[in-house]
Amino acid sequence: MTPTLAGRIQTRLFMLGTVGVVLTALIVPVLPGTGGGLVATYKSAYLILLAVAVVGVLWELLYHLLMQFRWDKDWPTLLGLVTILPEGLLMFLLLRAGVVPGVGKVAASTFVTMFVFVWIGVWLVSNGPMRVPFVQWRLRGGRLL
Amino acid sequence: MPGDNHVSTAHARGDLTPQLIGTPVWYDQALAAAGIPIYDTPFVSVGGGLGSFILADVLRVQGAPASAIRVVSTSETPWQSWEYLTRVSQLPVRERIRSDAGARPDNLWGFPSYAMQEAWQDKSLALVWQVLVEPLFADFFAPRAGTVFATVRKEAQRIAYWDMLAQGQVRMVRRRAGGGYFTLVTPPAGTTPTKRIAIRSRYVHLAVGYPGLKFLPDLQEFRETYNDYHRVVNAYEPHEHVYEFLKARPGLVVVRGAGIVASRVLQRLIDDRERLGLQTQIVHIFRTYVKGSHGPGVWMRRKGGDGWAYQAFTFPKSAFGGQLKAQYRTADGDRRKQIVKAVGGTTTPKLRRWQGQLGRGRQGGWYHPIQAVVEKVEPTLDGRLLSHTRGDDGARNRIVSDFVIDCTGLEADMAEHRVLDDLLQNGGARRNGAGRLAVGPNFEVLGTESGDGALYASGAATGGNHFLAVDSFMGMQTAALDIAADLARRGFVKRLGPVRSTNQWLKWALNRSI
Repeated sequence: MTPTLAGRIQTRLFMLGTVGVVLTALIVPVLPGTGGGLVATYKSAYLILLAVAVVGVLWELLYHLLMQFRWDKDWPTLLGLVTILPEGLLMFLLLRAGVVPGVGKVAASTFVTMFVFVWIGVWLVSNGPMRVPFVQWRLRGGRLL
Repeated sequence: MPGDNHVSTAHARGDLTPQLIGTPVWYDQALAAAGIPIYDTPFVSVGGGLGSFILADVLRVQGAPASAIRVVSTSETPWQSWEYLTRVSQLPVRERIRSDAGARPDNLWGFPSYAMQEAWQDKSLALVWQVLVEPLFADFFAPRAGTVFATVRKEAQRIAYWDMLAQGQVRMVRRRAGGGYFTLVTPPAGTTPTKRIAIRSRYVHLAVGYPGLKFLPDLQEFRETYNDYHRVVNAYEPHEHVYEFLKARPGLVVVRGAGIVASRVLQRLIDDRERLGLQTQIVHIFRTYVKGSHGPGVWMRRKGGDGWAYQAFTFPKSAFGGQLKAQYRTADGDRRKQIVKAVGGTTTPKLRRWQGQLGRGRQGGWYHPIQAVVEKVEPTLDGRLLSHTRGDDGARNRIVSDFVIDCTGLEADMAEHRVLDDLLQNGGARRNGAGRLAVGPNFEVLGTESGDGALYASGAATGGNHFLAVDSFMGMQTAALDIAADLARRGFVKRLGPVRSTNQWLKWALNRSI
């Protein structure tokens, strides 16, 4: 998929709202380093997912800007994967700084497990299966609406 | 109008009459009077190449029965014409074409991509790695020509394409009084009692491919003046004799053009040279010699060098489905012209293999790229060719060669195609600014409406409208999906929503007939 700006944002929100929500539900019970009850962990996990979506829109603006330097105005598959590093790091720092509302202290092992699991899942679905139900998605730069 | 209800109007002659030729809108009675039998079918696609196949595939996926579709063609298979052109232009079945992994004529979803399919077949992780790191650390993946034939053959079987195919030469498509169209066909001699038959349909689709090939003017003049079709060849014609000659004795070849076909021809010449230890000398004439990156600004810089403009596909990747597609679609006429100026032109992919070959050629002194315009080509006394050239710096030169291979791939004017010409003369169609058919957002040919019927087109004939990459697998799929969406609104097929799409994909994946 060769994204437009609207397509990037819509795809990110859609992916986190579907694949992200499901994968988070699956991973939370087996997350390492969690204290407290399962309900509290779910609450924190979904708040983190929401934070990733909100901050992600800003990241998409940056990616869109960087993409403008590419003649093909495309976003190679590999970049969709390696951007896990800056995005993960920033989100972890934001959590550590306590600026994500409603989320207390999160262990590094908890965060890394969840973030990597959800990220890889979203990346895999974006790079293929997404085309099956939404035929026009890849022809409209990732737009769903 | 389902089925093939033969209207009994057989007549001794059954041929076109001057009256019919001169009448833009035909009445049923006029055909009957001329003795031309009429067959009914709701949808006709004219062409029978990949453009027709891709639309037939989408319509079948969207619920049209095979009996509602007729593909009228002189080709026996949808890949016949494409296979011929790729083969003679030095893309045999084992070679990789210039197309994205996700552009699959046999699979409108593009999933799994050709890369995944070939990786599975070859049990090769290298191809998976390639699509993971392309284009940053590897050349873009592209499927083998043979993969395209094999998968299209399989899909044709699945969708009952052979039942839809009707052999014949389409002479013209005319509007029908009362709505819809008549497609006038000349079936193969002896297969029908009359010389012509007419297919009456509500919808018609034209996917007739290139109207024809055009030669560079100086080469055309040479061929006509000296009647020599041996030493001056077009890369889109069979020219194996050139390579055979060079195997027998050393020779000098002039290659003209800077696109994908020039790259492929050079690769063939150099492959033979290196594999068989030949002494072939190559003079490569660029009309426009690209020295480096070029473009209107920092946001629009295309890579280039050594004469070539580099681009992975025929247009920047975003023209197929990204921001360039969106920008172009909404741009006004002037802005579209600017965009075409910036992103158009002849390009070739910068593949590591070709870079290596040409680098060795320059170092070894047997590949000579030059910038020049050829003014005239003449035969020499010993039967070779003399090209008179002039560079942009005014320098004149004379190059003696054994062969000239024209790789410029110029397309002939649309009016060279009889059906398109008739559509412009009598069908209400008009040309757009680029000289092609003016089409609307659903690829309906503007001006050809006929009652509740619609006439669509896809492929090269629809260039210069709202979409740049019409002449590509992905472009033909885009057109097919947009046409099918319009036909869904008109009630001919079902909408392709997420549920139908997923169900149909599962059928595709399981190779279930539809």
